[in-house]
Amino acid sequence: MKYIMLIYQGSALERQAALTPEEQKQVYADYQGINQMPGVTPMPPMGLAENATTVRVEGGKTLTTDGPFVGMKEAVGGLFILEADDIDAAIEVAARVPAARYGGAIEIRPSEVYW
Amino acid sequence: MVTPLDEVFREEWGRVLATLIGVLGDFDLAEDAAQEAFAIAAGRWPRDGVPANPRAWLITTARNRATDRIRRDRALAAKAGLLVAASHVEVPMNTTTIPDERLELIFTCCHPALAIEAQVALTLRTLGGLTTDEIARAFLVPERTMAQRLVRAKRKIKAAGIPFRVPPDHLLRERLDAVLTVVYLIFNEGYGGREELATEAMWLGRALTELLPGDPEVRGLLAMMLLHDSRRETRFNDGELVLLGDQDPARWDTALIDRGRAELDRAIALGGRGPYVLQAAIASLHSETPCDWAQIAALYGELARLTASPVVELNRAIAVAEAEGPEAGLRIVDGLGLHDFRYLHSTRAELLRRLGRTDEARAAYRRARELTDDGAERRFLERRLTELAGATGADNDAPAPG
Repeated sequence: MKYIMLIYQGSALERQAALTPEEQKQVYADYQGINQMPGVTPMPPMGLAENATTVRVEGGKTLTTDGPFVGMKEAVGGLFILEADDIDAAIEVAARVPAARYGGAIEIRPSEVYW
Repeated sequence: MVTPLDEVFREEWGRVLATLIGVLGDFDLAEDAAQEAFAIAAGRWPRDGVPANPRAWLITTARNRATDRIRRDRALAAKAGLLVAASHVEVPMNTTTIPDERLELIFTCCHPALAIEAQVALTLRTLGGLTTDEIARAFLVPERTMAQRLVRAKRKIKAAGIPFRVPPDHLLRERLDAVLTVVYLIFNEGYGGREELATEAMWLGRALTELLPGDPEVRGLLAMMLLHDSRRETRFNDGELVLLGDQDPARWDTALIDRGRAELDRAIALGGRGPYVLQAAIASLHSETPCDWAQIAALYGELARLTASPVVELNRAIAVAEAEGPEAGLRIVDGLGLHDFRYLHSTRAELLRRLGRTDEARAAYRRARELTDDGAERRFLERRLTELAGATGADNDAPAPG
């Protein structure tokens, strides 16, 4: 199964900023560790949502707005692709992402072939 | 009317379906095939007699139906020029040693990636063999809603990759607790008067004890359900709730109490002292006359430490009130933060009433009534309010200030 793992930071970025330097190093090491796990295809790290630009097309006209898509409560903070046997394996990887334990969350989306 | 054939169907549905899902790897295909096989059996067996091994017959017939369907679909797909993924239908099956895969099935149905309502519905449909319509009626939702809930759940199992297996050791405890929660939820739905659900939950609980004979919590849950159910006949009178203390113990079902206690003894012998075992032990003490309230209060204390639940603390308060007097119970109740929980207010009301603090009791009964939708419970609270009005004069039943 191929899963797209979406990282939502929630309060994680603030809480991680308040950690000791050693603890912060651990957070970076944990992200590094996930990127190197078998089955994981890392994506480039995502910049802040405040620097995002959202594009919609209405009536053939391209509408560009500042910021992330407002239809969502919170913007995606990062993502990676995971090849795993089943959802239990994906849940175990998700639980190792630091954001998940610092007030954020990981959304597991199975990949789907539409065409 | 339940015929012997219904009994066979009832016993076999879950096992047959579990085996088919294991072989076919597809919930929908397995369910359709099982349904067809059971329909054929219902037509044929009363006429020709039940085959020597009904389970093997049902599985073989269902598997053949499924294979036919896959061939048809494949032929159709081939005509359309599409590729078809290999299916493991051709795996030969030895029908004399059919593995029991109900445990795999129940862990799949109760997977935490599914919504709890979906877990409940799937468990009742697949393990319990209830029809969609029966489940819909039991949960008071339209059949269409329930059908959609089941379809969506089965789709998610496939799309999200929820495995059909007994979880590995490091996940087992947590996942088993999820399974027990589903069974307990089904029982609780039935406790409100919908008997078929309580019966179903006990049937599932018994099946689980067969599948996991060494787990004390599984036995504890079954024991607790049996002991609670032994009081079913006395819990309502003309649709009005009857409290434990006002029930007639002579009308309790002693056979169920004995079965419940036997399960409890086995759970304790297995070294169990988890939440379900403790609740079963409490239910067992409740079935004794006179009741050992000090012991019950101690067990609630142990349960509260395990669960950190204020609702358990509320129950402890009730037991303490019986053992040491209403004042002691009230002290615990007033320390709890359950301000929108109706049973907090009905418990406070009851204790205040016993202490003769009628005005405060009346206010608490009114607050409980505001928070209660259930008909039987409302009628109970109304009656208490009427009694209190009678005790001190109807004038005092004016709305409390504030």
